Amino acid sequence: MAIWMRKALISTAVRSLRTAFASHRNPVFISRSFGSSQQLEPFSTDDDYDDHDHESLDFPGGPVSYSCEMRFLPGSSEKRVQCYRVLDDNGYPLSSTQFQHVNKEVAVKMYSGMVTLEAMDTVIYEAQRQGRISFYMTSYGEEAINLGSAAALSSHDIVLPQYREPGVMLWRGFELQDFVNQFFGNKNDIGKGRQMPTHYGSNKHNVITVSAPLATQLPQAVGAAYSLKMDKKDACVVTYFGDGCSSEGDFHASLNFAAVMEVPIVYICRNNGWAISTPVTEQFRSDGIVVKGQAYGIPSIRVDGNDALAVYNAVAAAREMAITEQRPVLIEALTYRVGHHSTSDDSTKYRPVDEIEHWKTSRNPVSVFRKWVQRRGWWSDEQESEFRANIRKQVIHAVQVAEKTEKAPIGYMFSDVYEKLPSNLMEQEKLLRETIKRYPQDFPKDVALGI
Amino acid sequence: MATIFQRIGAATSLSYSIDTKTSRRSLSERKASFVVVRSDATKINTGLNRIGGRVDHLITNAVATKADTLAASTASKPGHEVLLFEALKEGLEEEMERDARVCVMGEDVGHYGGSYKVTKGLAPKFGDLRVLDTPIAENSFTGMGIGAAMTGLRPVIEGMNMGFLLLAFNQISNNCGMLHYTSGGQFKIPVVIRGPGGVGRQLGAEHSQRLESYFQSIPGIQMVACSTPYNAKGLMKAAIRSDNPVILFEHVLLYNLKETIPDEEYVLNLEEAEMVRPGQHVTILTYSRMRYHVMQAAKTLVNKGYDPEVIDIRSLKPFDLHTIGNSVKKTHRVLIVEECMRTGGIGASLTAAINENFQDYLDAPIVCLSSQDVPTPYAGTLEEWTVVQPPQIVAAVEQLCQ
Repeated sequence: MAIWMRKALISTAVRSLRTAFASHRNPVFISRSFGSSQQLEPFSTDDDYDDHDHESLDFPGGPVSYSCEMRFLPGSSEKRVQCYRVLDDNGYPLSSTQFQHVNKEVAVKMYSGMVTLEAMDTVIYEAQRQGRISFYMTSYGEEAINLGSAAALSSHDIVLPQYREPGVMLWRGFELQDFVNQFFGNKNDIGKGRQMPTHYGSNKHNVITVSAPLATQLPQAVGAAYSLKMDKKDACVVTYFGDGCSSEGDFHASLNFAAVMEVPIVYICRNNGWAISTPVTEQFRSDGIVVKGQAYGIPSIRVDGNDALAVYNAVAAAREMAITEQRPVLIEALTYRVGHHSTSDDSTKYRPVDEIEHWKTSRNPVSVFRKWVQRRGWWSDEQESEFRANIRKQVIHAVQVAEKTEKAPIGYMFSDVYEKLPSNLMEQEKLLRETIKRYPQDFPKDVALGI
Repeated sequence: MATIFQRIGAATSLSYSIDTKTSRRSLSERKASFVVVRSDATKINTGLNRIGGRVDHLITNAVATKADTLAASTASKPGHEVLLFEALKEGLEEEMERDARVCVMGEDVGHYGGSYKVTKGLAPKFGDLRVLDTPIAENSFTGMGIGAAMTGLRPVIEGMNMGFLLLAFNQISNNCGMLHYTSGGQFKIPVVIRGPGGVGRQLGAEHSQRLESYFQSIPGIQMVACSTPYNAKGLMKAAIRSDNPVILFEHVLLYNLKETIPDEEYVLNLEEAEMVRPGQHVTILTYSRMRYHVMQAAKTLVNKGYDPEVIDIRSLKPFDLHTIGNSVKKTHRVLIVEECMRTGGIGASLTAAINENFQDYLDAPIVCLSSQDVPTPYAGTLEEWTVVQPPQIVAAVEQLCQ
């Protein structure tokens, strides 16, 4: 796989440079210095062609050849690692890109999933602003990462999300009503009203419940992959995280563990440029996250996260590699966080409004993909307006239903702390119920006392 | 045959075998406070008169109120002699044989066999995948264990020293204890987190932590502390079989305790306390290493005419208030002896719990002997003074029973 991708990245300018040097130099030298080694460039050296190349020294970890030149590996290369892209800004496939086509069914499901996600975000954000729910996090700008990656996975692959990946759940069949129930924490919430909005999870859909502290899912993902490896399942683990999250200690240890233990796991980093108000320039000094994979011995790729087909292709290939070779793979999807970090954030306070507008309009992943799907004849303007109106109605309806549903009952406060309710919790529950009985006017009416 | 207290000369807590002859010779050595208890098949015996210098019957495996067949089993069969770390290994090995989902992960647990040899021989037997050597990142391999547990395995996570698990606090508190709850009961986390803790022999402040005080607030976890080879094996097995996350506290200085344990399989109850010595005058609640200091003090107390009831609480979260309550109702006086710091330790919580539940039965305020609120010093004499010693226990009982 790697070879055809490398070829695709060589531009015409570079090709002519190659031919210019062909007669004078060792062909190996050319392919190392130009084009194909872009992704490896920061760490490749000229030592192989050095006249002062010496035989290897034996050290723990393997033989190492030595050099008489004192050469420091540069901290970063002049050129950033290139990103893999399939569609251009207008939704036309780039001429030299090789990619797997998706069929109509998948493409339409991907596109409608992206629109659904957008619609859900819009309605629920408004609902939060109206005071109907307490909190929400939108995924504006990251719809392609959500649906593009979800479409490339099998339902057996275990997903450990960070929190900005509801599209994965949508793809796998988690209903809008289930989402909205979770946001309202009502008695029909699969999570039993215990977590904040957008901290969803579903056993049935192989998506592990979101945990708020950053990066906790990363070592857990290695554990889940380890369990898949023990059971020799034909599945992998996919875990998502953001650019800010890559600063956490758990990120580094997780990549390290995954490489050492040789487990089937695909890491997908949503590098959206912002960690609340911290831009990536203040988060790390490396060239994004893709170069970090190599430090741990993990094959890595950078993709255009706003290009649904690029994401789809990369994830499909990574998944294949992870399962057949039983190893971790890292994907860095470059994108932009169009929305605020959450409803508790106003991002106009730390970034220019026109920057946000630019990404919202001219670099919008949903519109790019729409253009491609429509051009293939699988979608139309009429379908678009009909679908959008319909889905908006559906979300609003789900909100109305969820709002009227009773809140999670008192019993849910105490159950599932342990496998079985222990005596001290039984006592505490009894005390609470007695208190409520004695002072009913002081307690909310919409909480069921049953269960 | 009566039990014998033997004093061993100061040495590291790592492997050295205990021999009757050597230990008798070292009886005269005063430096050590590490006590080895050897007991053969014991019977449940109450009210043995110890005036005149006869040694105690140490009932290491009786359980107080509930008619439990487990205790009886030790009395009937001859059993085999093990050291505490071997008992832990036996328990672990039996569970790994019984259930293929049980696996071990931690630093140096594989071919090295574990820093305290609890996992010795398991890697060659079960393979590298089931006895996993992890890189050094406690938060991460604890997280890994949690992830593996959520997807069907039953990991036993070893912290090389409990103190290092402070690095794993995030995963233990935010995920291990919580994910079963926050996922709406969808994902369960049947992990066992274990490792040696407590004050050792001049290991310095960072290696002498009592993590039970820090972890006790975390909802969703259970905590148990083992103190004898018998209960170590039983609790290890129970912890592995439990679907809740369990933290099993071992003590650095107790790994070489020798005891005869039953040949046949037994599993102890995670939430039960252990009646070590029934008595009438005062209830002494303790756990882990302090049990031995208490029993030493009990010897002196008995010589002075007191009849202390000694309970090894074993279950640190939740407390076995049933056993403890029955004892309080009988003796009306409580002394808690712990190794935790005075502030926010297990003793502090236990004092509150007993006061709340058994206020009416107390004839005197509860006395709690704990370590001072200082980091454990390295110097041997200073270190000895931070740990509650038998003479302090004797003095406290005398004061309490006035």
